Amino acid sequence: MIRYLADVRALARKDLTLELRARDTLPAMLLFVLSTLVVFHFVLPAHASSLAAKGLLWVAIVFTALLGLSRAFAAEREQGMIDGLVLAPSDRSAIWVGKATAMLAFLVLAEIVALPAFALFFSGIDARTVGAVALADVGLCSVGTLLAAMATASRARELLLPLLFLPLAIPIVVGGVGASVSAHAAKYAGLLALYDVVFALLAWASFEYVVTE
Amino acid sequence: MIRARGLEKRYGESRGLRGVDFELLRNGFLVVTGPNGSGKTTLLRLCVGLAAPTSGELAVEVERGRIGYLGHEPLVYRELTALENLDLYGRLYRVPERRERIGMLLERFDLWDARHARVGAYSRGMLQRLALCRTFLHDPALIVLDEPYDGLDDAGASLLDRELADRRIDAAFLVATHEPERLDPHTTARLSLA
Repeated sequence: MIRYLADVRALARKDLTLELRARDTLPAMLLFVLSTLVVFHFVLPAHASSLAAKGLLWVAIVFTALLGLSRAFAAEREQGMIDGLVLAPSDRSAIWVGKATAMLAFLVLAEIVALPAFALFFSGIDARTVGAVALADVGLCSVGTLLAAMATASRARELLLPLLFLPLAIPIVVGGVGASVSAHAAKYAGLLALYDVVFALLAWASFEYVVTE
Repeated sequence: MIRARGLEKRYGESRGLRGVDFELLRNGFLVVTGPNGSGKTTLLRLCVGLAAPTSGELAVEVERGRIGYLGHEPLVYRELTALENLDLYGRLYRVPERRERIGMLLERFDLWDARHARVGAYSRGMLQRLALCRTFLHDPALIVLDEPYDGLDDAGASLLDRELADRRIDAAFLVATHEPERLDPHTTARLSLA
């Protein structure tokens, strides 16, 4: 277990270092989420309900995650690096955990900017929305990283990733919106937590088959 | 160490490798030759576990962590330095005395002075030397090399010759090359793919 965690740490640290040097994912995510919120600000009629605004927040979060995920395996794809990682004797699921952890860090950083911006453009952000976003992030990055690895192997990867990811993100949007605005927020938060656990386990167990021929 | 019978690999309708039989003994040095498209790279990828055969038998009696593989790509991150790349592999392969070993290999392959430079700034020859460092880092028992002299100048090729001679006793080699004569001093068997 300690060795497994050491592998995850080494792989996640590598992804964070790569981003720090190349800066081609996080700035794009930040710019995208801010632009989207600005566009939504002008699209939404004046005096529109805060419920509608919360819905748009979730649209912005899902598409920002999708943008980041489309670059998740860029270095591995362009430099054939996935072969190098797959050949290593470490458990291959550690590649997924490391990558998902790095993606989670990027998404959280984007949201640290996006949530105050949302509060500025629309309405205030309450604790239960922040909690729902945190729960949703885990699910988005778990499923998204697995699907990004699958799409990487395909020539039509730019098309394939949204086609696979968006249907699987629907329960997250349902749970996220419900946990943000519903009177039964705990029930929707439970749905998000259940989604996180089930899909994280599925992705963890199936990653090896995705990266090997 | 490796035994293959009727090994075949298909990619859709096209055949990447046709019915190959061979055996690589412990401490053997098998050189694979053949024209472009004959399946040399496919054969090597099958042997290291990066691809699965479509039909035939393949037994590789060495665990994944004891295989050193040099492919067409150097398998290093361009945004990281040579030290950072080798450190990542050293951790994943659980190399004992990792830093000392990385330092020794970088010196041996004449990359010590460029150890802090990002690999993206390396020349083709330097990349190949770094890829060789990565391949030998964990002291593999089975060394699989695909065109190892590609991109190397005379000095780099001499470094590789010396490394092969040093490791000849302790490891088995499977090498695909267009220059089989260069490996004649080590070769114990040849496999020619049509």
